[in-house]
Amino acid sequence: MSKHLNLTLHVWRQKNTSCDGKFVEYPAENVSPDMSFLEMLDVVNEGLIRKGEDPITFDHDCREGICGTCSMVINGRPHGPKERTTTCQLHMRSFQDGESITLEPWRAEAFPVLRDLMVDRTAFDRIIAAGGFISVPTGSPQDANALPIPKENAELAMDAAACIGCGACVAACPNASAMLFVSAKINHLGQLPQGQPERYSRVRDMIAQMDAEEFGTCTNHGECEIACPKGIKMENIARMNRDFLKASLTYRPAVVGGGAG
Amino acid sequence: MSVAEQSIAGAEARGHGFLASSVGRKIVMAASGIVLFGFVTVHMIGNTQAYMGAKSLNAYAEFLHGMLHGGGIWIFRAVLLTATGLHVWSATTLTLDNLAARPVGYRAQQSVASTWASRTMRWSGVILAVFIVFHLLHLTTGQLHPAFKAPQGHEYFAYDNFVSGFKVPAVAAFYIVAQLCLGLHMWHGVWSFTQTLGLSHPRYEGLRRNFATGLTLLVVGVNISYPVAVITGFIH
Ligand code: HEM
Ligand code: SF4
Ligand code: FES
Repeated sequence: MSKHLNLTLHVWRQKNTSCDGKFVEYPAENVSPDMSFLEMLDVVNEGLIRKGEDPITFDHDCREGICGTCSMVINGRPHGPKERTTTCQLHMRSFQDGESITLEPWRAEAFPVLRDLMVDRTAFDRIIAAGGFISVPTGSPQDANALPIPKENAELAMDAAACIGCGACVAACPNASAMLFVSAKINHLGQLPQGQPERYSRVRDMIAQMDAEEFGTCTNHGECEIACPKGIKMENIARMNRDFLKASLTYRPAVVGGGAG
Repeated sequence: MSVAEQSIAGAEARGHGFLASSVGRKIVMAASGIVLFGFVTVHMIGNTQAYMGAKSLNAYAEFLHGMLHGGGIWIFRAVLLTATGLHVWSATTLTLDNLAARPVGYRAQQSVASTWASRTMRWSGVILAVFIVFHLLHLTTGQLHPAFKAPQGHEYFAYDNFVSGFKVPAVAAFYIVAQLCLGLHMWHGVWSFTQTLGLSHPRYEGLRRNFATGLTLLVVGVNISYPVAVITGFIH
């Protein structure tokens, strides 16, 4: 069995949204390199509970890289040093014995800290509710092959649909911009025939909501693309901008009271 | 209120204006940036006539002032002034939005993908703004040029002003520093506007970067050669 690690954690502790927070140092001793990062935190927390202290609050759910909940910035990088990896998929073998690890919450005006490392990401839900859906007549399902979809579009849509809404792109962006997330949702629907009816209203509505949530704006640094655990490409942002431009140039205000009949 | 109701309320509060939206202002910044970098490229090419002697450069100045019976240059000035105004306005409002979007920073943020040029856009931009004002007061109107020769009738002294202007080492140094800032601004800006305007496709990925690098090296290289040529006595 490989050697156990002794680490020093510098963890952001904050009681609630309105309190000030601060960094607190904790030792993490005898850590197995085979533990996941969250298991390491679980062990540290058990120690804190035994001492009668408040455990470190962090978000987590699936622990297999699909829910996007496990938000934390590890040594200045969302989800830690490995690319295409969520915090729950990160293993302690990625760290060295004696290392110091700084743990911070996602930092964005739109993601207020709820407690310690846990932030409120409902801004993303409101962006989805503003347009990240398709309207379908329900009833018996259509034959799966009834709608022809070019393979390339199907693949682009699937790649965009890989977004798990974790918010690492916002956390990594020096401007706290949500463009990668929003563009992933826009392209996931906009590449497919089912997404066409609302394609141009969707892009305007979701971007308006994104702005209303006070996310920053894209300056094309590219940090989001590297931080994204699902490999969402910045090409999606370019394609969203193209749709937005077209939607803005061809927008017709809704006719109040219906057309003359 | 349900999440859906909250989002609609938010979107309505913000309005749907193109210029109010972040992406709309990004597009304004990119479009005005293209006008400005188109101008710097043409300006750089026009000035190569300094290497052909006083006659060429002075005749070029006369041509610029004489276009459309003197109206042409004012059309260009109006376009450039508008582009500069829109560019500075969009850059300023977007930068303020970005600062407000991250009120509390990280203790240990690592930059992995961003470049020095992309992180200093606002500073290279501010230095360029100062430079543009200085440049106009120096070689166009002459207030900051100790040996300025104003045009007399149809006779222009662009060449003499250019040579005597760059003989002052501090002035030459400032021009060179400003050109290096232009290089940083263009290198990120040219690549960035292709992304902002949606010109992204895996087939052209390399082309976008190489275009930005090539154009930047060309414009900045030739522009820096002017003060260097005067200082070294190559142009006199
Ligand atoms: C007048 C002074 C100037 C100021 C204050 C300024 C400021 C800025 C700022 C803050 C940005 C945004 C940076 C970012 O997205 O990371 C920007 C982008 C840009 N600037 Fe300037 N700039 C100035 C002059 C110029 C000039 C002279 C040119 C042309 C050579 C230019 C071309 C561009 C381009 C092409 C972009 C990229 C637009 C995009 O991201 O799509 N700028 N500028
Ligand atoms: S785009 Fe990537 S980083 Fe951003 S929310 Fe989606 S999965 Fe997370
Ligand atoms: S806990 Fe679900 S992705 Fe990490």
